[in-house]
Amino acid sequence: MTPTLILAVAGGALTAAGVYLLLERSLMRILAGLMLASNGVNLLFLVAAGPAGLAPIVGQDPEQIADPLPQAMVLTAIVITLAASALLLAMSYRSFQLEGHDEVADDVEDAIVRRRAEADLSSEAYVELTPEAQPDTESGGRAGDAR
Amino acid sequence: MDLANLVPIPVLLPLLAAGITLTLARRPALQRIVSGTTLGLVAVLALILCLGADAQGPIVLWVGAWPEGLGIVLVADRLSSLLVLVSSIVTAIVVIFPSRRDIADSADGAPVSVFHPTFLVLTAGVSHAFLAGDLFNLFVGFEMLLFSSYVLIMLGATKERVRAGSTYVTVSLLSSTLFLLAIAIVYAATGTVSFAQLPERLAALDPGLQLVIQLLLLVVFGIKAAIFPLQSWLPDSYPTAPASVTAVFAGLLTKVGVFAIIRLQTLLFPHSPLTELLLAVAILTLVLGILGALAQGEIKRLLSFTLVSHIGYMLLGVALGTEAGLAGAIFYIVHHILVQTALFIVVGLIERVGGSTSLARLGGLASVPLLAALYLIPALNLGGIPPFSGFLGKVALMDAALEVPTPLAVAAVVAGVATSLLTLLAVVRVWQRAFWQDRGEDDDRVHSLRVLPRVWVFASTALVLITVSLTALAGPLTDYAQRASVDIRGGAYQLAVEEATP
Repeated sequence: MTPTLILAVAGGALTAAGVYLLLERSLMRILAGLMLASNGVNLLFLVAAGPAGLAPIVGQDPEQIADPLPQAMVLTAIVITLAASALLLAMSYRSFQLEGHDEVADDVEDAIVRRRAEADLSSEAYVELTPEAQPDTESGGRAGDAR
Repeated sequence: MDLANLVPIPVLLPLLAAGITLTLARRPALQRIVSGTTLGLVAVLALILCLGADAQGPIVLWVGAWPEGLGIVLVADRLSSLLVLVSSIVTAIVVIFPSRRDIADSADGAPVSVFHPTFLVLTAGVSHAFLAGDLFNLFVGFEMLLFSSYVLIMLGATKERVRAGSTYVTVSLLSSTLFLLAIAIVYAATGTVSFAQLPERLAALDPGLQLVIQLLLLVVFGIKAAIFPLQSWLPDSYPTAPASVTAVFAGLLTKVGVFAIIRLQTLLFPHSPLTELLLAVAILTLVLGILGALAQGEIKRLLSFTLVSHIGYMLLGVALGTEAGLAGAIFYIVHHILVQTALFIVVGLIERVGGSTSLARLGGLASVPLLAALYLIPALNLGGIPPFSGFLGKVALMDAALEVPTPLAVAAVVAGVATSLLTLLAVVRVWQRAFWQDRGEDDDRVHSLRVLPRVWVFASTALVLITVSLTALAGPLTDYAQRASVDIRGGAYQLAVEEATP
């Protein structure tokens, strides 16, 4: 089988552009990246399908028909990409509603762990956290002997 | 072959029930009954499949019986039917937990009614991925479970959940695109995607191309299974979801990735085990995962890191490429699905009783003895304390690794033992802080299980008891895992599929 050069190159270029956009923080760019990358992969499926041929209908000469299986797979993939795009659009809109932009923020707990590491503190799980208002109270220093 | 007609039921029944629960959107109590009974039924069917596959070898169904193997094939061999069984037990118990408050506690007007339909589609997807007989249907199963997981992880769409969901969705979409790319390459190179035909045709390819395909699929499944260095999405995205959702994700979704790696390594590339590479990755996953866990101050994140770390054990078993290693990995998968789910569910209870999952804010929970027992038992089990199944699974894996006389295998044993000890340190730290730490005097809340619906306490106790009963069932289960791994490596799969071709 000789693959079609143009399809292969176009598929590669689309995928590369898609991956570049997927690395962005904005959800809209990620959406664009996803669509480009998945279309690139769909083109590669056409490469995998081999040369063009007659419509694959039962009764046609099996030697002359196009391979229907990759096309069925591409169809499934297109539907899945459609659903994923709708989901990403909704996420992007929701993010815009909540924060006024659709950039993905850093993880909060990650940031805490990182700040503690930079300040050379040990992890939260190991520090003896005394309750802020270490009180003097009537129950007589239960804070001390509980451990 | 009547049993063959049972094979698609674990996929069809939850899908049907998903439709029914969607029409019952305004009646949450009925929804819960429908999904509970459906998943219970699936568990019974899966048990029948399990016993059937054990007695007569892989059960194969060509859906629609199209001539010459044109249709979709579903295969329930020992491994996949066992995993369907375990996953349906877990989901049937967990589906009891979500209540309006649990799911919507941080978002007003969250669409709780979509929980049950989505959850059922998720279980259908998991079953489909386990039963799929070709690469493309494995992809479809993955997509089914991923799309429902996108909805579940962002349930209520609060700020935190959308942020966590963004990471999860982006990484998953990337891995799906890579998976499609791999399928296109496989099809272009071999002209088939069927698991039964691929081994022969892949073996005839150029070795370089074989390696490309194997590594590409390994990356795809590695992202799903969260193995190092593809694991960093997991601890960032799982902890923000509702407790019951996190429990199922942690228990099941990563194991689907491990299952796919087993299929890849044993069925598609039996002669290219990549032992060194996988062992090195397994060691790094074990050690870095658990070191991450030790740095966390939040219980759900801590458990997410132990989850990543323990994926390393399963990978270790697969990497060895021996029957003993594979059997150990299968046993460990079963153990880990149950224990990790139980732990996350109990953390959900801790969150409700103590009002937080942050170690700095929790304390004094030991005044609720039942909750303490519910936490301590699966926690010790995870850490690998002797009578429990975690110990047995780890011993089986270490044993298998010691039979392989390479320095890397010995290093893996060392890493495994160290990880086991460090896991114990991490979970005992939670025990000490959340249950025995003094809360200070200004806090006069009285902890009590009364804030929980009674059915939750029953269900989580049942789940913990199942994890304990694995100790008693370990003998038969190990034998079963042994037979399953002999099965997998003996080519029974291909034979059964070819025999059943209409």
